[in-house]
Amino acid sequence: MGRELLKGNVAIAEAALRAGMVAYFGYPITPQTELLEHLARRMPELGRVFLQAESEVAAINMVYGAACAGVRTMTSSSSPGISLMQEGLSYIAASDLPCVVVDIMRGGPGLGNILPSQGDYFQVTRSAGHGDYHPIVLAPASVQEAVDLTVLAFDLADHYRHLVILAADGLIGQMMEPAELPPMRDLPTERPAYALTGAKGRPPRRIASFYLQAEAEEAYNLQIQARLARIREREQRSIEHFTEDARFLVVGYGSAGRIALSAVQQLREQGVPVGLFRPITLYPFPEVRLRALAAQVAAILVVEMNAGQMLEDVRLAIAERVPIHFYGRMGGAVPMPEEIVSALRQMLPMEVLS
Amino acid sequence: MNELLLEATTAHMETVYCMPQALGTQPTHYCPGCTHGVAHRLLAEALDELNMRERAILVAPVGCAVFAYQYFEIDGCEAPHGRAPAMATGLKRVQPESIVITYQGDGDLASIGAGEILHTAARGEPITVLFINNAIYGMTGGQMAPTTLSGQRTTSSPFGREGAPLQMSELLAVLPQTAYIVRRALHTPAHIRKAKKAILTALKVQEAGLGFSMVELLSSCPTNWGMSPAEALEWIETHMLPVFPVGDFKVAAAVKEL
Repeated sequence: MGRELLKGNVAIAEAALRAGMVAYFGYPITPQTELLEHLARRMPELGRVFLQAESEVAAINMVYGAACAGVRTMTSSSSPGISLMQEGLSYIAASDLPCVVVDIMRGGPGLGNILPSQGDYFQVTRSAGHGDYHPIVLAPASVQEAVDLTVLAFDLADHYRHLVILAADGLIGQMMEPAELPPMRDLPTERPAYALTGAKGRPPRRIASFYLQAEAEEAYNLQIQARLARIREREQRSIEHFTEDARFLVVGYGSAGRIALSAVQQLREQGVPVGLFRPITLYPFPEVRLRALAAQVAAILVVEMNAGQMLEDVRLAIAERVPIHFYGRMGGAVPMPEEIVSALRQMLPMEVLS
Repeated sequence: MNELLLEATTAHMETVYCMPQALGTQPTHYCPGCTHGVAHRLLAEALDELNMRERAILVAPVGCAVFAYQYFEIDGCEAPHGRAPAMATGLKRVQPESIVITYQGDGDLASIGAGEILHTAARGEPITVLFINNAIYGMTGGQMAPTTLSGQRTTSSPFGREGAPLQMSELLAVLPQTAYIVRRALHTPAHIRKAKKAILTALKVQEAGLGFSMVELLSSCPTNWGMSPAEALEWIETHMLPVFPVGDFKVAAAVKEL
C-alpha cells in the first residue's frame, strides 16, 4: 500500500475503519468535521454503522450502547464537544468497556476558536469525567503517526477493556501530508464474553457501574487502579531525538513536539548538546524514560500549546532534580521554531552559548 | 392435605399463574404499593409470550428503576440519567436482531433526557420505550417532575407547581417516524390488562421493524405522594387521567395490520 497525500482527519477516519471499527457516532464540530464526513460515506459503503447524533452527549452514549454489544466503536469531537462527553466517558470507563474517542483539540476555554491547541491535556489525561480513573491518551505529531496510533488505540482499548483517547491538536487534524494507511482488517466473527447479545443458552449478562455499598464500590475502584498500574508499567511510549549525548532537554508532544524538533536541530547545528523527548502516551506519562534522561541533563524546557499542563507531569516525574523551564503559546497560537530556540537560549549557560 | 390427596388433586390441575421466565426471583427494592412491580411483570409476561426473552436487552434508567437490569432474566445495562434512548440506539444499530427496550421514569425521559427521547423518536429508531409517569421524582424523594400536575405540591414546589406538565405521548406522536405511541394506566385490573396488550403490540412493532414504539404507563408513588397505596391508585383516576388521558396517540397504518 503506498503513501498517499491525506488530511489528518480523513486519515484517522480511514485508519479507524480499517482497524475494524463497526460503528461510529459523532456530531459536527470544527476542526474535526472531515472525520465525520469521511465516515458518513465510507461506513455505509462497508455496511457498517454511521450515525450523526443530536449532540455530543447522545453520541458518546450511542458509543456506550454499541460498546455494550462488544464491537469496535468510536466517536470524535473537539475540545468543547469532549467536555460535553465527560458524563458518558466516565460511565464507559466504569463499565470496563473498550472504545476510542478522538479529540482534535482547539483553542479555549469556552467557545474559544477553531485553531490548534493542546489545552485539553488536563481534560483528557486527568480522568475525562468524574471518578478515579484515567483514559489511555495517545498524542500523534504527524498524519502518519495519527494513522498508526488510531490502530493502536483500538488494540489497546480491547486489550485492557479501557477507554482510549487519541488527542491530536487541530494542526494534525487539518494538515495534509503523505501517509500510508494500514491494511483492511477482517472483522472478528465472535463477540467478546461481556457482550450483551441476548441471554440465549446462558445466564443474563449485565453491564452497569452502580455499587450501593462503599466496600463494593471501593473494591471496584481498586480493580481500576490495578489495571492502571499494569498500563503504567507496560504502555509508556515516547520518541527521542539527539538525546544520547544531550545535556539539555526539550519535552513536547504532538505538534509542539514536532516544532521543537526544528528548534533542537537548529541548535545542534550550532553545536549545542540539546535533545528532544516527545511523549506519545500522555497517559501513562512516560516518566521512566524521562527520569533516566533527567539524570544526564542540566536543564529541561517544556514546550506546549497551552499554559503549562504536561508541565505538571514533568514536575511530578523529576521533581526538583533538574531546573524545569516552560515555553507555551495559547489560544490557537502556534510557536515558531525560532521562539523555542530563543526560549532555549535563555536557559542555556553562557559557556554553552559562546 | 396428605400426599395422596395432593397427587390426586394436582393430576387435574393446570398452571394458570406462575412467575414469568423473563422475571428474576430477586426481591425488588420498590416501595409497598408502587406500580413499578406491575409494569415489570407485564413486560416480563410479554417477553415470554412473544418468545423474545433470549433476544431482549433492557436499558435501565437513573431513578427508582435504576436496578431494573437486575430484576429481569435478560441481558441488561444501565444508562446515565436520561441517555437510555441514545444507548439503545447504539445497541440496536449494531445488533438489529436484538429486541432493545428502555425503561424510563418521567424525570429521566421527559426532563434530563428530553433531547435523547425526542431525537430517537424522530429518527424512528426501532426500539421500545416503557415510560413510567408518576408525576414526581421518586428516588430523590419527591421533587417536581416535568409531568407534575399544575398546582401539585412536591418538595421542590412546596407552594404548588406553576406551569403545566409535559404530555410526552402527545408530543412524540406528531413525529412522522414514530410507529406506535399509546398511554395506559396501572391503577385497576381493567387498565392493567389494556397496558399488557399495548406492551405486546409495542414489542411486535419493534420485531416487525416498523419504527419507534412507546407505551406510557400512569403509575402511582404512594410514598412521595403521601398517600396509602389504595388512595394513590384512586389519585391516578381522579387527578392524572384528566390531564393524561389514556388512549392511542399514534398507530401507524402498518401497525394496524399486525
